[in-house]
Amino acid sequence: MEFTDEQITRYSRHILLPEVGGKGQKKIAQARILIVGAGGLGSPAALYLAAAGVGTLGLIDNDVVDLSNLQRQVIHHTSDVGRPKVLSAKEKIQALNPDVTVVQYEDRFMARNALELVRDYSVVIDGVDNFPAKFLINDACYLGGKPLVHGGILRFDGRVFTILPGQSACYRCIFTQPPPPGLVASCQEAGVLGVLAGVIGTIQATEALKLILGIGRPLTDRMLDFDARNMRFREIAVKRNPRCPLCGDHPTVTELIDHEQAICELRSPAATDQGIEPQAGDRAAPHTAGLLEGTT
Amino acid sequence: MVVEINGKSEEIPGSVVLDALNAKHIDPQMVAVELNDTLVERDHLGSTPLKPGDRLEFLFYMGGGR
Repeated sequence: MEFTDEQITRYSRHILLPEVGGKGQKKIAQARILIVGAGGLGSPAALYLAAAGVGTLGLIDNDVVDLSNLQRQVIHHTSDVGRPKVLSAKEKIQALNPDVTVVQYEDRFMARNALELVRDYSVVIDGVDNFPAKFLINDACYLGGKPLVHGGILRFDGRVFTILPGQSACYRCIFTQPPPPGLVASCQEAGVLGVLAGVIGTIQATEALKLILGIGRPLTDRMLDFDARNMRFREIAVKRNPRCPLCGDHPTVTELIDHEQAICELRSPAATDQGIEPQAGDRAAPHTAGLLEGTT
Repeated sequence: MVVEINGKSEEIPGSVVLDALNAKHIDPQMVAVELNDTLVERDHLGSTPLKPGDRLEFLFYMGGGR
């Protein structure tokens, strides 16, 4: 592929970098990045990756824009309230950079579609807001052999962590399984300073671009924790865990499961009390989706 | 004894990793714990000894993103 004069101008500040150049910009143009969740982390990641000229951006989210999202989900505008997030995000991306092909999936990222989705991309960005999905993304990327840039935010804190499957520590090497439901607060319950999404999502985009370009040192085998109140970044060394249930010596996680469903089944009496009826297969999804994700 | 918890020196009572969690009122189910850069299995928190100067990392779950 050859760049047009307009593209050379558009990407000139990249092309000027010796580590990128025309060759690197072509790698970016040929890259396919999947962003799971078109919300807080997904918004800045999608915007910067679009501006950078990533060839294909996949966006998966089944939610619609809520007024309470706009405090941090900067890809969505006031006029988008009530509209599907993937559609709203796609329009902004295309307005910013028509070079980008957006593949939109108005769906949930689940065991039934996860592996097929990640296999179609070169790098995956975690922009989801709940543990079942975070574990599923981790598992799918490992099983599918795809690099993952994990991110998380809560209150005034954030975290980024890059995983090269089979080479560096995965999320389960540290957190072997999701926390018991209800124990760890979500942004919906505990709140989050909106700009945290920008800080962390932008670092995730940076990591994705580094992986595409093959430059620098990825944020692997170390977690980067951000504390906005003290404006402090800390790096915590982590390493592959031989007892990791996914990538350890004797794996027990060998196929993808939807954790919330298992939790729902386990807790069915209590869940029924709360008005959630556990159901078999995909039919359970809309119910659990509302419970776990809500309008965060 | 004095140990380092998440980069800060702290005086904690007791002699095992679980004592440090208890002193900070942290439910072991809410964190992953590293002792001197090595993960401590949750089942071993009560039997893993601490010595002065050890470095503990309490890694909390951080699940938000949307």
